[in-house]
Amino acid sequence: MQLEPRENISISRVILAPLTAILAAFVICSALILWTGESVFEAYGHLFKGAFGSRFAISETLNRATPLIFTGLAAAVAFRAKFWNIGAEGQLYFGALAATVLGAGVITMPSILMIPFLFLAGAIAGGLALLGPVFLKTTLKVDEVVTTLLLNFVILLFVNYLLEGPLKDPMSMGWPQAAAIIDEGVLPALLPRTRLHIGFVVALSAAVMIWALMRYTIWGYEIRAVGANANAARFAGISINRTVMLVAMLSGGLAGMAGITETAGTKGYLTLDLSPGFGYSGIAVAMLANLHPLGVIVSAIFLAGIYVGSDSMSRAVNIPTYISDVMVALCVLSVLVSLLFVKYRVRWK
Amino acid sequence: MDWLELFISAGFWAAMLRIAAPLIFGTIGELVCERAGVLNLGIEGIMTMGAMTGWMWVFQGGSLWGGVMFAAFVGAMFGLLHAIFVVHLGLSQHVSGIGITLLASSLSYFVFRMILPDSTTPPKITPFQPINIPGLSDLPFFGEAFFSHTPLTYLALAIIPVAIYCIYRTPVGRAVRMAGENPVALEAQGIDVLHIRTGAVMVGSALMAIGGAYLTISAFDAFFFGMINGRGWICIALVIFASWKPGRALFGALLFAGLDAFQVRAQQLAGGAIPYQFFLMLPYLLSIGAMIVISKSMRYPKALLVPFRRGDRI
Repeated sequence: MQLEPRENISISRVILAPLTAILAAFVICSALILWTGESVFEAYGHLFKGAFGSRFAISETLNRATPLIFTGLAAAVAFRAKFWNIGAEGQLYFGALAATVLGAGVITMPSILMIPFLFLAGAIAGGLALLGPVFLKTTLKVDEVVTTLLLNFVILLFVNYLLEGPLKDPMSMGWPQAAAIIDEGVLPALLPRTRLHIGFVVALSAAVMIWALMRYTIWGYEIRAVGANANAARFAGISINRTVMLVAMLSGGLAGMAGITETAGTKGYLTLDLSPGFGYSGIAVAMLANLHPLGVIVSAIFLAGIYVGSDSMSRAVNIPTYISDVMVALCVLSVLVSLLFVKYRVRWK
Repeated sequence: MDWLELFISAGFWAAMLRIAAPLIFGTIGELVCERAGVLNLGIEGIMTMGAMTGWMWVFQGGSLWGGVMFAAFVGAMFGLLHAIFVVHLGLSQHVSGIGITLLASSLSYFVFRMILPDSTTPPKITPFQPINIPGLSDLPFFGEAFFSHTPLTYLALAIIPVAIYCIYRTPVGRAVRMAGENPVALEAQGIDVLHIRTGAVMVGSALMAIGGAYLTISAFDAFFFGMINGRGWICIALVIFASWKPGRALFGALLFAGLDAFQVRAQQLAGGAIPYQFFLMLPYLLSIGAMIVISKSMRYPKALLVPFRRGDRI
């Protein structure tokens, strides 16, 4: 078996290949549903209804997609430059910490200033969380995969300590949670009587801005060049270290903003279960989108649909919720393979 | 208990070996993969899978060694999947590895929940028991510290010399090293690089899965959600710390485990003066620190992360 590059890449193949792959992932997953003894069509029906079947379902899905767009963009930007930031989970919590420290009453401003201020603070905090790994990478060539991964555990323990100690809300009846974000900082609702908030719009505009940055600016060009071929980029006079630093700050900042949408938007305060792995799911979002910033919007809504839908599916029929993670993993792997066949054809010998 | 007493207590040294054993399996497994030129970020998920399948085999009435074999088999199958993606199709090793971790860990939890739908307290099995070595086990101090362990702990220590012998002294080991250093030269010898790499990833993944199974059928007696808790990632740091040498991997794993055992005991000694979370951070921070220390003298396999296609030239 040999892989041969295709001469021209057709647009229809770029669109159809991932869709076929996702279909294949659902077919494989139906084997697991058959094992539970439930009807496959009924189960997928509940999944779809739970994700997109009503105004409330759609609002919940878009609400879940909001942090995923941010963490998905964080992974997409970083992976595009082959900077393997697997630490979005930790950076998200750093952003959430910034929201708690600055947004719970220390500073009071009108909403119009307070909300942008919180997003900025979250982005800076997220970038700071990545400063150590990127510094070690550029000066000592320490592998960023391991440092960013391990820092997730360190940061989560640190947040755990703060929530049981200095940041613990005395009014929380003993629960390890921080004081609530003040009213001026709370993200206003987009739709009345739902949890969907303005953070979703911020996430959409972030995706568009990142897309424009990657496509139309010199920075974006340099990021893509470093990712495609670091040696060639160096010969072209691009500073690799400076580009990697820029990518890291962008990536960490985006992940930090996911912490803002969760503390100041969905939850209202910081807890230890703020994120059910949004940082890690963001990697799946970016991979499904083939690292395209606008694709991230679609894949984040799709994955959020799987998560939200499978919650209501497991309430309706007797299937463990863990099936959502299996589905996401299968989608990621099959889309990964399908995208290869967009660029290459198989020649059997 | 005093700080000094801590180091002369047999319990401390016994705990060190117990903590090191799964790390040794995982680290050697990852090392075998990377020596052949393949980064395997599936380790965290494959260890979770090994922990679940090994335990489940025993829970369903199988033997303990049967559980070890079954975990190794399932681990090898996930290794094969990773190898198909990155060795044969040449996909990104980072991305595929993360995908494998996602798949293997979520599938472990799903299968566990399917077989045991509503168990709030996880059911238990009878795990491996310490073996009594006549004479040695009765020695004061040394008996308790080093000669009253389970067979799987000794197996962990035994795979180090086996790995050293296989990697440096056998034709297969030489082929694995060449696949990671200079696959074109290996191809020129008429050896199939893709087969060597696939084999190495499968063997390595089987070892990782045994490392996971160690936790559920030797160290503890039950399977918990999130029980691997970053051990796989620590193994990847240990491979770098060991500079891809099995002997140094043993040293790294023991050093790390010693600190972890110390950390747990120091927590009790500190008696709440320092919040416990800071002690729990130590192992992760130490792993990062070890990578910084080693970064100057690091010598990684030349073809690590580089996919090979038949007929490639450098």
